[in-house]
Amino acid sequence: MAIYVLRRVLNMIPILIGVSVIIFFVFAMTPGDFVDSNQKLTPERQAELRALYGLDKPVLERYFIWMGNVLQGDFGYSMQHQIPVTSLLNQYLWNSFMIAVATLFLTWTIALFIGVFSAVRQHSWFDALVTLGVFATMSFPSFFLGLLLIKFFAVDLHWLPVGGMISTGSQTTGWAYVWEVAKHMILPVIVLTVLGVGSLTRYFRTNMLDVIRQDFVRTARAKGLKEKVVVYKHALRNALLPAITLLAFELPGLFAGAIITEKIFNWPGVGQIHMQALEIRDYPVLMGLTMLLSMLTIVGNLLADIMYGVADPRVRIK
Amino acid sequence: MTTMTNTLAEIKGLSTYFHTEEGIVKAVDDVSFSIPAGRTVAVVGESGCGKSVTALSVMRLVAEPGRIEKGEIRFGDQDLLRLREGEMRGLRGNDIAMVFQEPMSSLNPVLTIGEQLIEPLMEHRLLSKKEARAESAGLITRVGIPRAEEMLKAYPHELSGGMLQRIMIAIALSCQPKLLIADEPTTALDVTVQAQILDLLNGIKAESNTAILLITHDLGVVAEMADHVVVMYAGKVIEEAPVIELFQNPRHPYTKGLLRSKPVIGRREERLYSIPGQVPQLIGLGEACAFADRCESCLPVCRERRPVITQGENGHLVACWLYEEGVSRDE
Amino acid sequence: MSANAGTVSEKNPGVRAKSAKPASPWAHAFRRLRKNRLAVTGLVFLILMGLFCTVGPLFSPYVDERVTGANFNRPPSAQNWLGTDNLGRDILTRLMLAGRISLTVGIASMLLSVLIGSVLGAVAGYYRGIVDQVIMRFADVLMTIPSLPLLIIMGAVLSDLKVPSDYRIYIVMLMLSILGWPGLARLVRSQILTLSQREFMQATEVLGLRDRRKIFVHLLPNTLPLLIVVATLSVAGAILSESVLSYLGLGVTPPTPSWGNMMDSANSLIDFQKRPWLWMPPGVAIFATVIAINLLGEGLRDALDPKMKK
Repeated sequence: MAIYVLRRVLNMIPILIGVSVIIFFVFAMTPGDFVDSNQKLTPERQAELRALYGLDKPVLERYFIWMGNVLQGDFGYSMQHQIPVTSLLNQYLWNSFMIAVATLFLTWTIALFIGVFSAVRQHSWFDALVTLGVFATMSFPSFFLGLLLIKFFAVDLHWLPVGGMISTGSQTTGWAYVWEVAKHMILPVIVLTVLGVGSLTRYFRTNMLDVIRQDFVRTARAKGLKEKVVVYKHALRNALLPAITLLAFELPGLFAGAIITEKIFNWPGVGQIHMQALEIRDYPVLMGLTMLLSMLTIVGNLLADIMYGVADPRVRIK
Repeated sequence: MTTMTNTLAEIKGLSTYFHTEEGIVKAVDDVSFSIPAGRTVAVVGESGCGKSVTALSVMRLVAEPGRIEKGEIRFGDQDLLRLREGEMRGLRGNDIAMVFQEPMSSLNPVLTIGEQLIEPLMEHRLLSKKEARAESAGLITRVGIPRAEEMLKAYPHELSGGMLQRIMIAIALSCQPKLLIADEPTTALDVTVQAQILDLLNGIKAESNTAILLITHDLGVVAEMADHVVVMYAGKVIEEAPVIELFQNPRHPYTKGLLRSKPVIGRREERLYSIPGQVPQLIGLGEACAFADRCESCLPVCRERRPVITQGENGHLVACWLYEEGVSRDE
Repeated sequence: MSANAGTVSEKNPGVRAKSAKPASPWAHAFRRLRKNRLAVTGLVFLILMGLFCTVGPLFSPYVDERVTGANFNRPPSAQNWLGTDNLGRDILTRLMLAGRISLTVGIASMLLSVLIGSVLGAVAGYYRGIVDQVIMRFADVLMTIPSLPLLIIMGAVLSDLKVPSDYRIYIVMLMLSILGWPGLARLVRSQILTLSQREFMQATEVLGLRDRRKIFVHLLPNTLPLLIVVATLSVAGAILSESVLSYLGLGVTPPTPSWGNMMDSANSLIDFQKRPWLWMPPGVAIFATVIAINLLGEGLRDALDPKMKK
């Protein structure tokens, strides 16, 4: 197991280098930079700033400087906010995290129940409905779903706030504050849940269908166990096992997927920061966030493998 | 037929069909035979002849798209096919237990052997977890595996196929079933291990007077285990007889072929005989005898009508026109 | 009377009977597809959508996109079934023209990623060793970077480079296929790996065929069923990605219309709240097209590979 983990960690290194190279050089291709877009600056001041931010050095050298810093946890300095990218992300990451956790919880619970239930009742009308629903949720453009929900629930019905995390000028504290934030969270969480729940439901359904056909499930039935025990103890455990890996993959994906939703709902998270940074071409922020998400993905993959190893007795021993 | 033993189970006119997209597959078609208490009945035939589906039908575990269409399975004084699912569940693993062909995939890979062994004990014999554990250690010893305690904590992948099949047998025996269904219990195992498993099964039969329904394609296994043999072909029973009678005096050309294709030690032959052709597709079988195309003594009538199974002497039943009187033998 | 044959057919006699059927696998798949009501609905809808976008504008009196100042921001009416936009253009006609672009981008980027993905995947799977390592590591890298931020960045770079609207759609296709090929390559590679173990490939070895022939004549065609399914589904993905990018103003940019950039009007508060006819029709068009493609794709999967269904 230790050797296996070590090998997986070593495998991460070339991927990490590749990712950083691609991210860096895509950005390096851009003609404009932060200094260019600020036209109030004198040429001397521009040159000074470029030297300060290291923009005057050759591309390759800049890459190594950037990469070196990234490895030390320094993702650069936001030109717009005038603070390190890491502190900027740290400010907003938690807001995104709130949404992500709520979404993750809802998606998994719903998907698990519906997926298992429709697998057990394959070919029933419920199953057919689920299949159709799965396709519908997988086919929504995220922004369209968000816009529709805002239009109906916020603009037309006035049930829920249009966007943001708290109402403008709100002074609430304590539980009132929590309630206010929760109300603002509802719509974005619904959007992200709907977008994610379809594929996960399908995943559980097919996994479950696979497992239910296996010999050991027949054995369990031949032992005269209750169907509930057969499904939830014997089948579900095996169907859940590969899903554990998915859990670790999901989180970075949730942050990335939330970019559009956060923008539409004006939610002050990293996605929002990303879109703002995009508008004024605050490249350190864009690069930093993309790099961070990629690193999260790599670590997530590793974690997934390890978790699977711990959970599956067949792998655990080796 | 010997009437010394009473009948434990009787299958009457059992038909199990698979409703596939290509049409209805009559995997088991009007099959009848009975299993005397404490005896071993072997069902033999090539792959795809419906013998496994027959076994699964007795357990009522035929999977979609298969369905038991008609018939009766008497077990004691009840008809298994008329029981409610809950009542049937009470019999499974309890009065009727089953051992499958693939021990490697028949045990749940994420549960320990112990967890899987105690389940039927707790379900049917209502033992507490502790009692069930103690009992299962005894079962493991009984099927000839040493270090029972250690074994209880092991996972299936840590054990060999032969060991796993012993565990499967232990699970099947846990509630002292009256009928043990063994579906090709040795096919997936090494030859040396096969013999051990068969010995184990024979020992169980002797000790606890359990009837065994043995599904196999291996006539060697039949000779060693069975009291009574049912030969199936294309979903039908074509011959049935006590084991010695069948081996000495096979009547159906198919059975004869099966016996000829078995190597006999001490007899040297140029080539081992094999029955020409293959088992026919089970969709849209016509009126003809299903074996007609492969039969060496095929008669004109064989291509027109199916023979029905008829009783002969020495408890020997056969479904073949060759043994019907008044059948034209002209080609 | 082999033990193995026994296990397979015993469990499901239907499978045995199926494989014995002499009909061509394609005809067989087509029959299965025709039976799948959802997939047929999807296919019919896509054909109608294709006709709507290609032939539809011919019947429209508003196709010249003339700006008629007096007629802007009209709600749906008898003259303009879906209303007009802020420049007085007929929404229905624009929807058709935008559909041409969106569908073209979707299909073209699919073709490109299938081309890149299957060739690289086949080469990696066939030669293995260092070639395999390089190609698959590269694919891994591309799959590690979250696709949306990467697309957004590439779109931003395009804007900064001031690429004209006419060219942008080609570059958007390219961007989408750059992100699409790694997944396909992985699939093809694993298929090729299993196929090379089969007897017929060993036979080509004995015959001494050239590598190129082996890959393109014997290996790749065998991955075709899977490829068709994945390619179909990837059109849906490409259409969705294009719409997001264009909605953000980073994909296909005006004056070239696309469903995504038509929805850009939702970014203005008045249009969003008071003139839903501006942004709802393209949204519905994207949704309906994507769901139709997904239904067709899944139907194809069931039809082409009954094993996958289970």
